[in-house]
Amino acid sequence: MFEPFMINTWISASIIALVSAVVGFFISLRGQAFIAHALPNGAFAGAAAASLININPLFGLGAFSLFGAATIGFLEKRSKKDVATALGFVLLLGMGALFLSLTTQYSQQIFSLLFGEILGVSQSQILPTALLALLTLMLAVGNYRRLLYTSLVDEVASSKKISVSNNNFIFLLLVALVTTMAIPVVGTLLVFTLLIAPAATAHLVTKTPKTALGLSVGLALGSVYLSVALSYLSNWPIGFFIGITGLFTYTMGHLWIKLAS
Amino acid sequence: MRFFHFIIEPGFFSSTVVTTALLIGFLTAIVSSVAGTFTVLRSQSFIGHALSDIGTTGGAAAYLIGVPTIYGFVLINLAAGTFLEVLGIKNKKERDVATGVVLGGALGLTSLFLYLDTTNTSGSGDTMNLLFGSIFTVQSSLEVWFGVLAVISLLCIIVTYRQLLLASVQPDLLRIKKRSPKLAGISFLAALGLAVSMSSIAIGAILSTALLIGPAAAAMRLAKNMRTVFLYSSIIAVISIFLGVLLSYDSYDWPPFHHGWPVSFFVVSIIFLIYLATFIPKPTKAHNRTQKTLPVGGSNV
Repeated sequence: MFEPFMINTWISASIIALVSAVVGFFISLRGQAFIAHALPNGAFAGAAAASLININPLFGLGAFSLFGAATIGFLEKRSKKDVATALGFVLLLGMGALFLSLTTQYSQQIFSLLFGEILGVSQSQILPTALLALLTLMLAVGNYRRLLYTSLVDEVASSKKISVSNNNFIFLLLVALVTTMAIPVVGTLLVFTLLIAPAATAHLVTKTPKTALGLSVGLALGSVYLSVALSYLSNWPIGFFIGITGLFTYTMGHLWIKLAS
Repeated sequence: MRFFHFIIEPGFFSSTVVTTALLIGFLTAIVSSVAGTFTVLRSQSFIGHALSDIGTTGGAAAYLIGVPTIYGFVLINLAAGTFLEVLGIKNKKERDVATGVVLGGALGLTSLFLYLDTTNTSGSGDTMNLLFGSIFTVQSSLEVWFGVLAVISLLCIIVTYRQLLLASVQPDLLRIKKRSPKLAGISFLAALGLAVSMSSIAIGAILSTALLIGPAAAAMRLAKNMRTVFLYSSIIAVISIFLGVLLSYDSYDWPPFHHGWPVSFFVVSIIFLIYLATFIPKPTKAHNRTQKTLPVGGSNV
């Protein structure tokens, strides 16, 4: 489990869990789980497009997650939030379906982009992942207070002269960055679960934003390590373990509250 | 005649694949647009989409144990819909997050089932079909199934229509009358689950959301009362599906590979364009109109 070829896996898993937990904290606060699902799955179209024209999938993912964020941001100003997300999302999916049908690539590669192949992370993937992670964290920390305000109450934010639509865009940008960073390493499914479950559980059982953020990071790291280990031992897909761990901790969180009250 | 052939390729209506596709597309469009109207009204797009992905889990499980995938889709969607409604989380944000966690768990199961599918059977071609399904591969034996599901789904909505509408627009009013919105909610989620199962099989799990949300959202921007919302929404849905099937059929001799562009791409693009077109301002009585449109359709709240 700790052989040399697994070192890259442990490093990249830690980076991704950390960043996902931080961004997930805002997602959960805003109740925008749909975005966390839409951008990673939609940006998948970019990976397909990149393989169509034979470039690094990272560029495709980056371009499409930014395009998706911009589309959703544009529609959000004009319609309900969930409708905007749904429509931006399906636009990306439709393009993805087109690109996939045009590529003649073996579908195994696509399968691994969907469900992740964390056990085979290469050395060359670490540097771009780390750089994008740093960028995302800087954006999140630099805008921590503003994001917290808009995430909680739009009205308070606008009364404090914080531009709500600017902040909404920063938020979308954060999700787009995580998406680009994590998909090549862990796949769309895993990003989504990591963005939602740890932060949701943390919000359930804590009272202040800081402890929620801390617990979110702790839970994300814990569930990722557990899942990597289990996946390594059983050879089953890591997405399964992450998804089930997330569902389990969240259910436990609900039980905890019931028992405490 | 030549021009006509340019638009509709020869053999379009005589192909059984196409007639099946059109029939199933029609039923799916009607049911999705009706269920979609309430989905948009209740701001439940995420659940609408989540059910289509959760359906895949059922489909993969059914495939694994060797029963028709439609059983898997329908059963798990009904179960998940009821579960989420019974949980009864009232806070909108919390509800959204709970849906996400359940979806994450379901997707995890899907990845396990698909993994077991591919290790036990041959290739991963079935995986792709399950996720990106195509209306041209629907077997004509499913036509009856689709008819039955469509009727049940519409009945679920028609029977509880008034209460559902009230629960969607003014839930507080219903509470004043001492009536729980729960029954209407459950019957709606059953209708939604069936609608999503149908569209998942017809145009693929990941694209059923387009058919559910797009036409309804566009119709709400155009119509002045609920009746016209339903009318516009189903017209838009049917047109998008038919046009999508037609274009996809035509695209068989389009570049670059001459094996046809996917229906779902066309359907989604058409729906998206129609939605964008509703933002083109009306030249006459623009002011009057904005006041009369439904308050639930456009505003960003």
